[in-house]
Amino acid sequence: MSKHVVVIGGGVAGLEVAGQLSKAGIEVSVIEKEINTGGHLNNWYRLFPDRRDSSEVKEYLDGMTHNHGINLLTNTTIEVFKRNTSHFLITTNGGKELTADAIIIATGFDLFKSSRKEEYGYGIYDNVITSVDLEKMFRKGKIALTNQTVPETIGIIHCVGSRDEKVGNFYCSKLCCVTAVKQAIEIREFLPDSKVFCFYMDMRMGGAFYEELYREAQEKWGVNFIRGKVSEASETIENKLLIKVEDTLAGRPLKMKLDMLVLMAGMEMSEDGEKIAGIVGLKTGENRFFAATDNLIGSNRSNIDGVFYAGSCTAPMNIPETISHARAAVVEVIDYLNDGIR
Amino acid sequence: MDKFGFTISAGRQIDYDSNNRRLAEYIFEKEPSFRLCIECGGCSATCTTANFTGFSLRELHILIKRGENDQVRQNLNKCMLCGKCTLVCPRGVNTRNIVVLAKNAFQKSDEYEI
Repeated sequence: MSKHVVVIGGGVAGLEVAGQLSKAGIEVSVIEKEINTGGHLNNWYRLFPDRRDSSEVKEYLDGMTHNHGINLLTNTTIEVFKRNTSHFLITTNGGKELTADAIIIATGFDLFKSSRKEEYGYGIYDNVITSVDLEKMFRKGKIALTNQTVPETIGIIHCVGSRDEKVGNFYCSKLCCVTAVKQAIEIREFLPDSKVFCFYMDMRMGGAFYEELYREAQEKWGVNFIRGKVSEASETIENKLLIKVEDTLAGRPLKMKLDMLVLMAGMEMSEDGEKIAGIVGLKTGENRFFAATDNLIGSNRSNIDGVFYAGSCTAPMNIPETISHARAAVVEVIDYLNDGIR
Repeated sequence: MDKFGFTISAGRQIDYDSNNRRLAEYIFEKEPSFRLCIECGGCSATCTTANFTGFSLRELHILIKRGENDQVRQNLNKCMLCGKCTLVCPRGVNTRNIVVLAKNAFQKSDEYEI
């Protein structure tokens, strides 16, 4: 009899897991809370490091799910989760009941809510936006201030909601630095006369081809990098944003007026992920993400046999890492279904 | 008038918008590798002058980029132009040339050429 796996989350990790499991001859259902699959991919214009259009990755994932007969349950959440001796029993919000041999959690992340860093004025001042708002402008093909004029000076603030005890996130979200570099380049492409300033604590260019992109931003696009965490922004009478920062490499405080501020929102455990952790009884770590049983050789394994993790519900991950983590989860599940261990 | 010994401290804040960054633009144009500095401090660590004075080539780069030209001018002549900094730079910045260009630029600005 064919085995049935339920995947919770229809973003990059969930769809990759579903497609690969289905290819291996396993019956798969994907539960997605939104109307559309794709998760955060839907909010992004182009992807680092090679700036491919996000729709190309979306097409690949859609192909995976459509070509392999996956049971896609969108607009669906989990209400009840039970386990009997050999199966998991899930009841959805619509009252539908699913029986599964194994579960994969792929609930992803939420972006940090930038309005929580009140000192930057998101939601208070006109031209303070987030990295996602900027992606939407890129998609529309127009970067504009609220009065519809074009900004000349744009500041990008790194680490908004990351490495910050004040908001309870002491970890590094790891992807915002390269997002800042990518977006700085794109701003300069859209607006060749603009000046872009990145305010960073450390440039964490750890991924493949990130350092190259950083260098390109400096060399080809003349992006300015100033080391220091912006302490506050205030709106001036002429509707500009006055920022204060320590230029830590000069060892002196610095002030500057900018037309627009872009906040690099970090990644957090998703709210729905936290709910599912409660419903299912899964352990979470100090960083609130799902805690794997082993950080080195078992990053897909949970504290419950037969429940596995895929993607950024365990830690901030970029797309190639998410895809790799999802494929690794598939191996773990197949092993589990074959011999019932883990 | 009686003197009470009080003074007003000069501000230490860099006022980016008021500063004149023509020097930085001049160097960017003549030596594009100036843009590539990642502020690692390798140049300052190897610098013979830095071991005996407060001179820091890394800091000099920042001061040029911010338009803090008075401080640049005060420090520029401490460099002996040995070029060891250029040998160690991991980003391939022609650090020595930046000092040379800055010196040229000050000379030219004194003669009102830039």
